[in-house]
Amino acid sequence: MERLSLMPQLTYLEAISDALRVAMREDERVILLGEDIGEHGGAFKVTDGLLAEFGAERVIDTPICEEAIVGSAVGAAIVGMRPVCEMQFADFVACAFDQIANVAGKLHYRLGLAAPIVVRLPSGGGFSGGPYHSQNPEAWFLHSPGLKVLAPSSAEDAKGLLLAAIADPNPVLFLEHKNLYRRVRGEVPDGSYATPFAARTVREGDELVVIAYGAMVHTALEAIEQLPDASIRLLDLRSLAPLDEDAILAAVRDCSKVVIVDEANYTCALGAQVSSLIAERAFEYLEAPIVRVATPDVPIPFAPVLERAVLPSVERIRGACDELLAY
Amino acid sequence: MPSPAGGAAAAAAPLHLEQSDRVALLRFMLLHRAVEDRGASLYKQGKVPGSFYDGRGQEATCVGATFALAAADPVCPLIRDLGAHLVKGTPPRDVLAHYLGRADGVSHGREGNVHFGDAAHGVVGMVSMLPDMMVVAVGMALAFKLRGEQRCATSFFGDGATSVGDWHEAMNFAAVMQVPAIFILEHNNYAYSTPSARQFLVDPVERAAAYGIPGVSVDGNDVEAVFEVVREARERALSGAGPTLVSAQTMRMHGHGLHDDARYVPPEQLAEWTLRDPIELQSKRLAALGVDVDALAADVKAEVDKATEEALAMALPDPASATTGVFCLGEPIPVGSGDAPWSGFR
Ligand SMILES: Cc1ncc(C[n+]2csc(CCOP(=O)(O)OP(=O)(O)O)c2C)c(N)n1
Repeated sequence: MERLSLMPQLTYLEAISDALRVAMREDERVILLGEDIGEHGGAFKVTDGLLAEFGAERVIDTPICEEAIVGSAVGAAIVGMRPVCEMQFADFVACAFDQIANVAGKLHYRLGLAAPIVVRLPSGGGFSGGPYHSQNPEAWFLHSPGLKVLAPSSAEDAKGLLLAAIADPNPVLFLEHKNLYRRVRGEVPDGSYATPFAARTVREGDELVVIAYGAMVHTALEAIEQLPDASIRLLDLRSLAPLDEDAILAAVRDCSKVVIVDEANYTCALGAQVSSLIAERAFEYLEAPIVRVATPDVPIPFAPVLERAVLPSVERIRGACDELLAY
Repeated sequence: MPSPAGGAAAAAAPLHLEQSDRVALLRFMLLHRAVEDRGASLYKQGKVPGSFYDGRGQEATCVGATFALAAADPVCPLIRDLGAHLVKGTPPRDVLAHYLGRADGVSHGREGNVHFGDAAHGVVGMVSMLPDMMVVAVGMALAFKLRGEQRCATSFFGDGATSVGDWHEAMNFAAVMQVPAIFILEHNNYAYSTPSARQFLVDPVERAAAYGIPGVSVDGNDVEAVFEVVREARERALSGAGPTLVSAQTMRMHGHGLHDDARYVPPEQLAEWTLRDPIELQSKRLAALGVDVDALAADVKAEVDKATEEALAMALPDPASATTGVFCLGEPIPVGSGDAPWSGFR
């Protein structure tokens, strides 16, 4: 896994910055909109240095106005721009939900107008952010037609998926996990490349498949590494919408036992959809019940002991694997 | 000049309108009313599904405002603004086919009633959520400013919509960025059943000053007066002086939709506004100049009769098309340019 590599590398965060820089150099239609993204470089410094290179006309510090950030991005997009919006934290996308779900997502179906916008969502927990700085809001958008939803786990995918998202003619929600920003690094190709909106097999195996995305890919990998005697496959979904159904079904056919991990709250999480897909289309390949590991349906608490008690852990995932391997 | 019914604003000959423009303004208002009357009739006959809304009594605001815009200036109309679509060049037949849910109506059966917009003609159709399209207009205007294009973006909304948070976000962001946007408040006294007095204590035009932008009030039933303030707002926008809030005072003469008997509107209020009908006002002006307004009305009726016949003959959408087109699969086609009938653009 890349986080162990000693070669020259970029962090997950640097890879995202690099994607923005490459896209802006290549295409002057690309503009950035967000709060404190200019001089300050964003709450997480993802846009650090971009104001200096591209100027205040393309790196636009906005008032605090999530609806207006996304809505004006849609407006700019329908007259030919390629806006990329930053939510300061993914949690604040709730304030922009209407523009995303009702305007951006339905525009092409209703009016034949494409809205090529990207909304970047620094998401996820694990560092005492509390109920409003730790959420994984992806399911809100999965239920809303017309949107694409991406969630990279590696630096290379973060850059390639973001570049592909900016090039895509549709609205894309881009979940970048805050807990991976500086923890994950890896070799990242120079210049422009596009990562497909499809799943990636992180690790081969044929006794059991763990299906995960985002930060949970790393948590799952740690759990799997603690079970060296088992042949466990790890599938990183990367794209939540569109969902790579073929890759999921193929993994189930090969492995017959499935653990699905979401950092998001349990009910109606992506894992529920994956579970339903498998039950509908690969039931006859299952040798055991599907096991889901997710955050229970509670807000994310602040105190580290409480947060650890709800977020899926290495131990919980390993326990789920153990249970299934013995089934 | 004759003294027209309602409003001193029209006493002087308008500086920027030729006689052909003044006739065109009347014609678009007549067309707006005739298309909606026909739509309402088709609705009552059970041929138009869903619900039906019109802009009766408010034709001057959308027609006058859109008439002041250039071909490349997009508009985001709202539910009372059929005239904006017509001025931009969407043919009445396509509008009627849209009401009827036909395959070749403006939205191919995907949208109904007033929720539509022919993007190829520079009309960005509304969504229901009020006033979401204001921020979309701000974004279009922002793009024009960044690219150094001499264009502006216009958004219409009612008095009720000014109570929603997006209204503030749009006004404030537009002002801070000094984008070439025009916001047109159609102050028609009611938001569904809620009178303006239950919507706000201070007229929203007063808020413009707090955002640091001009707020201009105009008689929304005087099509030439509306044209003039929007023409000025456009000049201001294009000169780099930022957005303008135009408050057009008018009256919703029908219910919120055809389903609404509007029992909450006092009859005296309707009677008072009936005397200020925008079409009557412009007709009197032009009749005094010797224009045959009856012939104009007959001509509009014939056009709508023909458009209705054609729309009714159009096919319904293929049910298989219901699940297509959610995503754009090719290169996006940006919002296009519509008509710009004002002589000032010739
Ligand atoms: C955010 C939102 N809430 C509720 C509605 C339902 N609704 C549709 S039109 C309307 C009244 C709108 O009044 P106003 O903005 O004054 O426009 P008018 O109908 O008078 O032209 C309401 C409440 C809506 N469209 N959007």
